[in-house]
Amino acid sequence: MEMATITENRSFTETFYASLQELPDGERIRTCLQCGTCSGVCPFGYVMDFPPSRMIAALRANMFDRVTTSDTVWMCVSCYACTQVCPSKIPLTPGLLARTKEELLLAGEVPAELQDALANSQRYGNPLGESPRRRADWAKGIEPEVTIMARARRPVDVLWFVGDYGSYHPRVQHVSRALAKVLNALEVDFGILGSEENSDGDSQRLAGERGLFEMLAEKNGRAFRKYQFNEIITGDPHAYNALKNEYPALGIAYPVRHYTQFLVERLDQLKPLLKRELKAKIAYHDPCYLGRANGVYDEPRALLSAIPGVELVEMSHHRATSLCCGGGGGGMWLDGFQWEKARVRLSEWRVREAVAVEADILAVACPYEPPRFEDAVKVVPGAERLVVKDIVELLVEAMDL
Amino acid sequence: MRILVPVKLVPDLVEELVIDESGAALDMTWVSLILSEFDDHAIEQAILLKERDDSEVIVVAPDVEGADDVLFTAAAKGADRLIKLVGDFEEGVNNHALARALVPLVRELQPDLVLTGVQAHNDLDGPLGPLLAELLELPYVGYVAGVALSEGKAVVRKEYPGGLLAEMEVSLPAVLGIQAAEQPPRYVAFSRIRQAMQTATIEERPVEELDPSGGPSVERLYQPEVGERATLIEGDVEEVASKLVEIFQKAGVL
Repeated sequence: MEMATITENRSFTETFYASLQELPDGERIRTCLQCGTCSGVCPFGYVMDFPPSRMIAALRANMFDRVTTSDTVWMCVSCYACTQVCPSKIPLTPGLLARTKEELLLAGEVPAELQDALANSQRYGNPLGESPRRRADWAKGIEPEVTIMARARRPVDVLWFVGDYGSYHPRVQHVSRALAKVLNALEVDFGILGSEENSDGDSQRLAGERGLFEMLAEKNGRAFRKYQFNEIITGDPHAYNALKNEYPALGIAYPVRHYTQFLVERLDQLKPLLKRELKAKIAYHDPCYLGRANGVYDEPRALLSAIPGVELVEMSHHRATSLCCGGGGGGMWLDGFQWEKARVRLSEWRVREAVAVEADILAVACPYEPPRFEDAVKVVPGAERLVVKDIVELLVEAMDL
Repeated sequence: MRILVPVKLVPDLVEELVIDESGAALDMTWVSLILSEFDDHAIEQAILLKERDDSEVIVVAPDVEGADDVLFTAAAKGADRLIKLVGDFEEGVNNHALARALVPLVRELQPDLVLTGVQAHNDLDGPLGPLLAELLELPYVGYVAGVALSEGKAVVRKEYPGGLLAEMEVSLPAVLGIQAAEQPPRYVAFSRIRQAMQTATIEERPVEELDPSGGPSVERLYQPEVGERATLIEGDVEEVASKLVEIFQKAGVL
């Protein structure tokens, strides 16, 4: 893709460098050692003209226009691998990378492929371009009926933020129905926003669309304020990250947990229900925004270990070193672009790791993953028998629901 | 040069379409309107011409739900003036009425070029462009996928079926029906649209009377009906597949 120069103006680099330093922990960028660890750990660093350390070098050399005329920042899947390893603790993913994408986007330099997801998010409140009115259609037929807040008009204990893919993607709707079944079995008093829920906006933010993120957050904030609940749970680590770390700065602050955290607390209640043995070797994939970005590693494993017959194995990249599925930071909507550049898919790399440890099941906890990994399973030799399941789907199987 | 882009907002097919009690029209309470896809291309082509030739771009929309958003988005992309035709547009008007409503505005603004989308999915009485050109007694070229301006004329690239392209010269002023802009319509960051909402102004032009004469009238609007020879196979994937195999075997193709 041809990239036009944002500006030849020498001061652009200086202005941009200064703006980065005003972000939370942004001044740390001045302590970059140029060690290159970030660029080495980045799963796509080798195809980038300017991986993170070189971006910083270009900033210091007052040559950032070279970065903005290269399109390789769109290879960034916002997986936090660089941020995690940086010895200077520079906020690379949420700062440098997201802000660079934002500058490109404001200048209209955005891969065509990404545009649809952003335009859909603007118009419909979800990147898939589905009707907002049908956001709760996945819940039809579930007994007892899933409470939709606008209809029930009563306080609930738990507000479940279902998220875009959980609401609309046929494969991930299955995960949503599984979570509804488990919540019902545990007699949790929960409700969903239905058509009043909008995309959490986090992946759009990390793809550089800050303004869109704020608009979506405000809409969700208005919906939250209408109802009474004690906490929010979500199956989407991206929504979890947004609600936990980004919404409070916009005045939208509620206690939020990923469903794995919520269910682990109820393990005593859950365990007796896990009657069916699942004789399987399970490799658990740590989603970037549950693991690296938010430090939730143990709860998903505790749930899996509670299932009778399960043998938990670890892939070579696990916990803090987990490998991104390729869907974050806009990657979900840049498959073709990234394929053209790299000729590899991160999801396939991950599936090869699951095959290498002879896993029967690749367990996941993020709505981006079932479709991505299932696609990868179709093309990775030796992966024919690998099954991809969300943790909550495995719980439902063990509960015989 | 001055470029005028009259746009239409059409039912968004993401939402289910419901037929109203009359049985001859859509129930507009359930319809959400969206910029016609080809008009989006017309706006993009106008902005591209502006960037190349420093033209002035004026976008005009009828006053229906969503018109302000469409106009502000056009401003964020680079449109210089935004005009809203204010009248009884909410229930939908045909292209004859819309073309007549645009005539006084076009005469007043004297644009060198009028860019319309080549068609819209709710055109029942032909596309807007030729109707407008006829009323204004201007030349019209449709299915255009590229425009180059020079003094008093435009060279346009027209697409023909069968993969043929023609380049033709048209004297200005003229009306063009845009099939595709030279590049896909650009995405504009939401913060830019917000900015436009605060800084751009929408000029309102009242339209006293809408005259739809010349267009057809709809007697009945209905969902496609199941034909006599069509069979709907019901059941889950396995059942449907085995029934299909049975049918194929009976037909002798398997």
